[in-house]
Amino acid sequence: MIRKWLKNGYMTLIFLFLYAPVAVLIIFSFNASKSRSVWGGFTLDWYRKLLENDEILSALRVTLIVALASALIATFVATITCIGLDAMRRRPRTVIMNISYIPIINPDLVTGISLMLLFFFIRMKTGFATLLLAHIAFNIPYAILSIAPKLRQLDRNIFEAALDLGCRPAQAIRKVILPEIRPGIVTALILTFTLSIDDFVISYFTAGSQISTLAITIYSMARKSVNPQINALSTLLFVSVLTLLLIINARSSREAGNAKKTARKTNA
Amino acid sequence: MNQLFSPKKKTAVSMADSGWQQQLPDSTGSSHIIELIGVNKYFGEAHVLRDISFYIRQNEFITLLGPSGCGKSTTLRILAGFEQANSGQVLFEGRDLLAIPPYERHLNTVFQRYALFPHLNVFDNIAFGLRIKKQSRQEIRTRVEQALKMVDLQGYSERWVDQLSGGQMQRVAIARAIVNQPRVLLLDEPLGALDLKMRKDMQIELKDMQRSLGITFVYVTHDQEEALTMSDTVIVMKTGEIQQIGTPTDIYNEPRNAFVADFIGESNILPGRMTRDFEVSFAGRTFTCVDPRMENEAVDVVVRPEDVQLRQPSDETVNGVVTSVVFKGVHYEMLIETETCEWLVQSTDRAAEGDHVGLYFDPDEIHIMAKSDQSPDRVRTAGDDVQEQEDDW
Repeated sequence: MIRKWLKNGYMTLIFLFLYAPVAVLIIFSFNASKSRSVWGGFTLDWYRKLLENDEILSALRVTLIVALASALIATFVATITCIGLDAMRRRPRTVIMNISYIPIINPDLVTGISLMLLFFFIRMKTGFATLLLAHIAFNIPYAILSIAPKLRQLDRNIFEAALDLGCRPAQAIRKVILPEIRPGIVTALILTFTLSIDDFVISYFTAGSQISTLAITIYSMARKSVNPQINALSTLLFVSVLTLLLIINARSSREAGNAKKTARKTNA
Repeated sequence: MNQLFSPKKKTAVSMADSGWQQQLPDSTGSSHIIELIGVNKYFGEAHVLRDISFYIRQNEFITLLGPSGCGKSTTLRILAGFEQANSGQVLFEGRDLLAIPPYERHLNTVFQRYALFPHLNVFDNIAFGLRIKKQSRQEIRTRVEQALKMVDLQGYSERWVDQLSGGQMQRVAIARAIVNQPRVLLLDEPLGALDLKMRKDMQIELKDMQRSLGITFVYVTHDQEEALTMSDTVIVMKTGEIQQIGTPTDIYNEPRNAFVADFIGESNILPGRMTRDFEVSFAGRTFTCVDPRMENEAVDVVVRPEDVQLRQPSDETVNGVVTSVVFKGVHYEMLIETETCEWLVQSTDRAAEGDHVGLYFDPDEIHIMAKSDQSPDRVRTAGDDVQEQEDDW
């Protein structure tokens, strides 16, 4: 009894520790008082003001465009990369696969600074283009990570079966391979979109001074003054990223369920 | 180095070169739907097909039989167009097949692990080829229904692939291939994943299907019984070379070498020597046989276990002691230790362990084969077979 009570209490503490900051943030985004410690009643003012703030709206636009474009481009590149890799022999494929995963373990700071240096070096003016390129670059490995396993699971004869039934190679990829790996592609899209919205460090080094993403705007607002709009904006960001992550999780657990079902059927 | 010889000449040469590669006499001449001429294939350093030459007749059920790694699947994949030959020629109705990409060949394949499209239901799987060829909706419906009927799966068209059993998936795979009305159907160990009972049923169904459709079947298997049951012609392969081509009866009764004898059923294979025409000496005795051969030629002698008769030991018989008796249902399987070697005997007569017995066989049950460098390997059983190009991807 006490054991159980201790166990649950411990878990509650951990979750409290993890989520208390976010909870405070969300609560204070509805706080009528400007103070960060005193509750002054419920209000939606900060959200309303947010919608009138041009700086934030333009940052939101940049963030969404970059997120959408980088997600689409990175996923497209990753898809054809994976299909190509899959046709390679094992040794070179493993080598290329591992090289493409390295950026994932690279600290964002290093990626951001090295991208900035690269853009300086090739005399590319930092701005929207460099921001987008940077986001595509850090998104590609994650997209590959979501798509490659789907291709690996595929029956290797499926492509040949399509050729056998009269498909040209491009047709076979479109009619058979793409439908089979579509779950991986959709996951890649959501994941890269989320990562792109979420990113601060790499954007900070590659966006230049003219444009700004939401993350950068929040950062600079937080440095300048105490402004509850930050709370409101962060809450929105938190909720949208959380939603996307929940979608990804739901998708992958559903697939795991399906895989288990199929496996059971095959064994029976 | 591709074509040093004209196709006709090369065939003639390779036929004459190797007596044991001769194919059955062919009366019609023009009915060869497929002809392979000196096909070679390398995977890196490995020479997996060595000068493969044979022909396939119209409406024939032909089986490529051999242990895993013998090149049978590779041969089939070259026919389908998934693998390129490094040299040699393949003719399809007299025209060069190797220049045609797989999607334009009038061949369809049934894959070992079905390779059905999981994102499509049964109907759409079968309709796939017809849709690619832009058949009318009505035409597609009729032909798919026909194919479903052929494989006895009416009413399954709305099912998803993962709702089917292994046997049903295999039927869908067959329907998906035959719905395109191919001239030749290629089958790569299609029954390998099914259980024994299902396999037996499908063997009969496949044979019936081949007869009623009137198309040529090229079948790949490592299962000798399957090959003997279904085929018109069997091609026995080993390490990239053809060992023997013939009807099931020929292959079983007149194996050309020790490998074929051992692979097709169980055999007693003994070293022997011709003493003169129609007389061979082995197992410490001299026997009359039905083969004329060169005097003093070293040969392999094959006696099938079911051809050995048990008698009272005498001067006429090879004498030995029974060391083991196993009841097999129809017959007893016995091991008999003689002075020179151990014999496997299958007989309905029962002897007890420790009995002294005499082994007797009729002259026409003594099969004489040219001595080959291929001493019989341990024959693999179905269980430890692996797909051939596992490491290829």
